[in-house]
Amino acid sequence: MTTAIEKKKKKMGSAAKKEALTGYLYLLPNFIGFLIFIALPIVAGFFISFTNYTGFKAPSFVGFSNYAKMFNDSQFKAALVNNLVYSLTSVPLTILAGLLLALLLNKKLPGQSFFKTVYFFPNLTSMVAIGCVSMLLFEPTQGPINNLLQFLGMSADHLPKWFFSTKTALLTVVLVVVWKQAGYYMILFIGGLKNIPPHLYEAAKIDGANSWQTFKNVTWPMLSPTTFMCTILCIIGSFQIFDIINVTTEGGPGRATTVLVFRIYKEAFTNTKMGYASAIAYFLFLIILVVTLIQWHGQKNWVNE
Amino acid sequence: MMTKQKTSAHYKRNQKAFTVTRFILSLLVAFIMIVPFVWMVSASFKLNTEIFEYPVKWIPEVFRPDNYDKVWNKINFPTYFLNTLKLAVIITVTQLFTCSLAAYSFTKLRFPGRDKLFLGYLATMMVPWHAIMIPQFIVVKTLNLYNTHTSLILIHAFSAFGVFLLRQNMLSIPDSLHEAAKIDGCGYFRTYWSIILPLTKTGLATLMVLTFNNIWNDYMGPMIYLDSDKLKTIQLGLALFKEEFSADYGAIMAGTVCSIIPIVIVYAAAQKYIVEGIAFAGVKG
Repeated sequence: MTTAIEKKKKKMGSAAKKEALTGYLYLLPNFIGFLIFIALPIVAGFFISFTNYTGFKAPSFVGFSNYAKMFNDSQFKAALVNNLVYSLTSVPLTILAGLLLALLLNKKLPGQSFFKTVYFFPNLTSMVAIGCVSMLLFEPTQGPINNLLQFLGMSADHLPKWFFSTKTALLTVVLVVVWKQAGYYMILFIGGLKNIPPHLYEAAKIDGANSWQTFKNVTWPMLSPTTFMCTILCIIGSFQIFDIINVTTEGGPGRATTVLVFRIYKEAFTNTKMGYASAIAYFLFLIILVVTLIQWHGQKNWVNE
Repeated sequence: MMTKQKTSAHYKRNQKAFTVTRFILSLLVAFIMIVPFVWMVSASFKLNTEIFEYPVKWIPEVFRPDNYDKVWNKINFPTYFLNTLKLAVIITVTQLFTCSLAAYSFTKLRFPGRDKLFLGYLATMMVPWHAIMIPQFIVVKTLNLYNTHTSLILIHAFSAFGVFLLRQNMLSIPDSLHEAAKIDGCGYFRTYWSIILPLTKTGLATLMVLTFNNIWNDYMGPMIYLDSDKLKTIQLGLALFKEEFSADYGAIMAGTVCSIIPIVIVYAAAQKYIVEGIAFAGVKG
């Protein structure tokens, strides 16, 4: 009897061993690549940020001087300020636009799915393509947008110069990005609206609430987890803006549209200051880490009620 | 009774007015969303002198294919196009294969350290690519892969997000199914290939479309890793073209139209999966 059980145990053991080996084996192709091209760079970047690595000669350790240098570097400071301004304008506008589009299409409407398809489409196209088109649409002297403004009565000397003026360049980027990504957040908001239990709306109707009261007391509070998540996603995305700026303004005019990733790119690949660029990159990571931690905290303590 | 009927009729009329208002607003927004693309297509068939004519002629008086001719025959656009297609297909296929194998291992097989390893995968998902692009570049350069397509294939093929997405999909497959296959003497690979994968179709399709779209639209990756003109991708080619021929508006628009067409095709064919993928990215947060 005991021998039979022992035998069985031994057999199970070898089967479990085989399963474990298979498990490791199947993980391997992905894991090796993951280790070399994702995990290793994450660790290496941290160390590089404390060196004067240029990509050509052997690096030496420079302590915190890259990080100290950042806050004396007017280029970096301009990029940080621009990026904050960009985030503070593009995030609320995107969230508002996404929410309004979702509310517009939430209830039954003729052509509903057609509208959804159209609103989402710009989000799939590349920033390079959108940059190329918007450069022409916003052309200051003869572009169709300024032509329209002139037609609507704006005098020729007051027409905005869009991408070509230090005052309006960043705002133009914001406008284009909000236009492009509103549809993405619309999809997320529509998902959130679907999750609101219908009986709450029935109760509000019985209580005689009007549309605004229903929105304020039912939709908005019930939607708060979605709004929170969308805001976090949008903030994280706003610190990674690069493509459209590189295609349209290249950080200019002057420094009007330099942002963090743009600085990282320039320092690393134009000035070949890999060490210094890594310090900025880690600073960027830190910002995103803080936002992510806020999200985790928020999801635990507030949203999942 | 009378008043009730009256309010009900009133309510219905209100509802109808509300729907009509919403419909008109929706049309207006649709116009704003679509009009830049219409303008782009229309400009791509015009001479440079006609593009900024006011009022805008939405349908060109004469359709001139010259811009397309220029883009396809005088510039390396066909090469860029094929390069991007090649990269997108290879990366998508490798990603689907390695990620689904890893996800299968993470969900259905038991081995020591499994959950810790998965947590490690999850943790790297919050590191933005821009934060690691420099050390990644150094790794690629050390491996002598700078200015090759292999570099882009390798940095994109092992996505933690892909493993996560497919794992979520596979979690909904009951373990009993896997056990039953095992008892029937079905080997691990056959179980993965002919039982698990067919049941993960939605996840695979979603990952496929998202990856294809990402690679097609990728600009910064090719910009950092590719130097030779014959290796360049469509976004990189388009950006350089725009810089070099900044006054040749019509040709730039023709190039842009060409770069967008494959995306339109993918969207038309797989809209459902794209929307699903977006919703998933939201849940993941």
